[in-house]
Amino acid sequence: MSSVTSNPTVVDPLANRSASLGTSHIEPPRGLFALRLREIWNYRELLYFFVWRDVKVRYKQTAIGILWVVLQPLLTMLVATLFFGRLAKLPSQGLPYSVFCFAGVVPWTYFSSSLLNVTNVVVDNQRVITKVYFPRLILPVSAALSGLVDFSIAFLVLFIYTLAYGIRPTFTILFVPLLLLLAILTVLGVGLWLSALNALYRDVRYLIPFIIQFWTLASPVYYSSQLVPQRYRWLYGLNPMAGVIDGFRWALTGRGPAPSSVLIASVAMVLFAVLGGLAFFNRMEGSIADRV
Amino acid sequence: MSTPVIQTVGIGKRYRRGLQASSGLLRDSIARAFRSPLSVFRRASHETFWALKDISLEVHEGEVLGLIGRNGSGKTTLLKILSRITQPTAGWAEIHGRVGSLLEVGTGFHPELTGRENTYLSGAILGMRKGEIARKFDEIVAFAELEKFIDSPVKHYSSGMYVRLAFAVAAHLEPEILLVDEVLAVGDINFQRKCLGKMGDVARAGRTVVLVSHQLNQIRRLCNRVVWIDAGVIRQNGLAHEVVSAYESAMARGAANGDSRDRLSSTRSRFLKWEIADSSSGAPHVLDTLGPVTIILSVELLQPITKGEHGIALFNSERQLIWARAVQDLTLEPGIHLFSHAFPSLPLRPGPYTWVVSLYDDARQPDSWECVPEMVVATPGHQHPDDRWNGILNIPTVFAINGESDRDQDLVL
Repeated sequence: MSSVTSNPTVVDPLANRSASLGTSHIEPPRGLFALRLREIWNYRELLYFFVWRDVKVRYKQTAIGILWVVLQPLLTMLVATLFFGRLAKLPSQGLPYSVFCFAGVVPWTYFSSSLLNVTNVVVDNQRVITKVYFPRLILPVSAALSGLVDFSIAFLVLFIYTLAYGIRPTFTILFVPLLLLLAILTVLGVGLWLSALNALYRDVRYLIPFIIQFWTLASPVYYSSQLVPQRYRWLYGLNPMAGVIDGFRWALTGRGPAPSSVLIASVAMVLFAVLGGLAFFNRMEGSIADRV
Repeated sequence: MSTPVIQTVGIGKRYRRGLQASSGLLRDSIARAFRSPLSVFRRASHETFWALKDISLEVHEGEVLGLIGRNGSGKTTLLKILSRITQPTAGWAEIHGRVGSLLEVGTGFHPELTGRENTYLSGAILGMRKGEIARKFDEIVAFAELEKFIDSPVKHYSSGMYVRLAFAVAAHLEPEILLVDEVLAVGDINFQRKCLGKMGDVARAGRTVVLVSHQLNQIRRLCNRVVWIDAGVIRQNGLAHEVVSAYESAMARGAANGDSRDRLSSTRSRFLKWEIADSSSGAPHVLDTLGPVTIILSVELLQPITKGEHGIALFNSERQLIWARAVQDLTLEPGIHLFSHAFPSLPLRPGPYTWVVSLYDDARQPDSWECVPEMVVATPGHQHPDDRWNGILNIPTVFAINGESDRDQDLVL
């Protein structure tokens, strides 16, 4: 046990509550980047339980349960293939349009549904937040991670679909986990801002469907980013999901060159958004319980 | 004494008025920003209030501290600061040890999940490790008496079952410091007793407990020390029975003088008020002496009574009958009558008591009233120092060894 600190000015704001024995210092909020990563590590079991709860609850009362995870992107892909592929005849980077589209819809579905969950997670858990302490950052992180179960199942179906079209995976498939990480970070980079804002202003809840709708159009889900002129490609890449989806399609099928310029812009953008989101969320964390 | 496990220095919490009630719409913030652009950066003082101010206290290891005060006095806010749910605006605090907070029963329960799943989830949210929950699982289920239903979703539980499971999880939390807010006021009497027993075990096991409760007897029974918070500041901090008695006296003084709760509606007579004649405490409803006491009841009769009967009974806060008497063959004219009962002494342990008064007419039709406010006994205690050994009487006895009495010994108690 640490000794009693008699002078409040020397109290270390980074001090955390360790696993069993420890000292917690309670002080008025200060500091923008007191991220307390070790504290979050100490609460990893709670993080696991939040993810576990989300996954359990999501399919508890549905008749066909896990089948929805497959049906949703599959039907989206079929409709898109009919209209964008067959009727509009959009170019698809030399892939069958349905494969091209499916490979975009799967990561996009993860992104859009996770963004929605992350945005609402603080508000949805307000009862817990006002009754128990834990690092609030656990909530958006758990919401971003719980979508991975759905993603994995959908990805498996996509993988089989791709094989059925005779497209063999190459070494590029090893990039899938990295691109997935980029997608998770994109969800957090945007979601951290939105979930803290949503706790203060419920307007965000109404705003989110629009954001997702516009974002779908600005991402290469149904069309190829090669339609964007080469010299504006980096600008297009500032939408991190452009990098994720292009990269994902490339990693899965191994066709075409790696979308490096788009990806570099996306990674830079995501890092920027995540750091800003963390600082913002951290700043709001102290007052969330009072204001949610 | 050992070093304090909880130490707070000048803790204050300022809220913006109407914050919780505000619509939380961006529109309002934007509108405010347009009306006075600088208000965004400035907090007008009239919009804020201090829910807590300058709270400095220490809690030592193994101590059970009670927090009392009226609703809205800041007790829960203090618990929320100590459990780190909300941050103080001023001051600082240090806590040594693992903190578990119990501000609500069933924190984190999800209706769709089964009892088993909720036990794990709620346990984890309250701060238990997965292994710890697994180890205590059977014990928790047995405590909740829910062996048969543990695998059905809690949405099918009755409210009693729900509360039992929720409390069982919480009761098996074993932090070094436990912060509890008014959660024992749930469940049926037997289960409450079981929970109190469990809480007592926790306290006896040397853990530190901070307990908020409105049930003053519970506070008396469980706490060593009590802090009375009034309007956000510490009004009194001291031994449990002293602070609770002072609080009760203040509450009784604040209550209306002479009123009653009608137990039966009647047009024959009305109870007007009751008081202690020439009360030495200065308050007509606070008893602070072991000497003679006279209780005066004012009753207004609307119809004459012959062969009537007047009854009076005294109950303690657990509705245990302490004393009763009936006076028969009364002949009374309409008008206001004062009934007085002179006691040589009322040697009661400190706490709230209720007088129940009845008046039967010649046709045995009763009128009955529960006197309001309660009588508060604030007599100094002459009892066993361990609260578990306190009976209902409070009698100053003189102890002697071989005829040699030692007055000092008695005065200490």
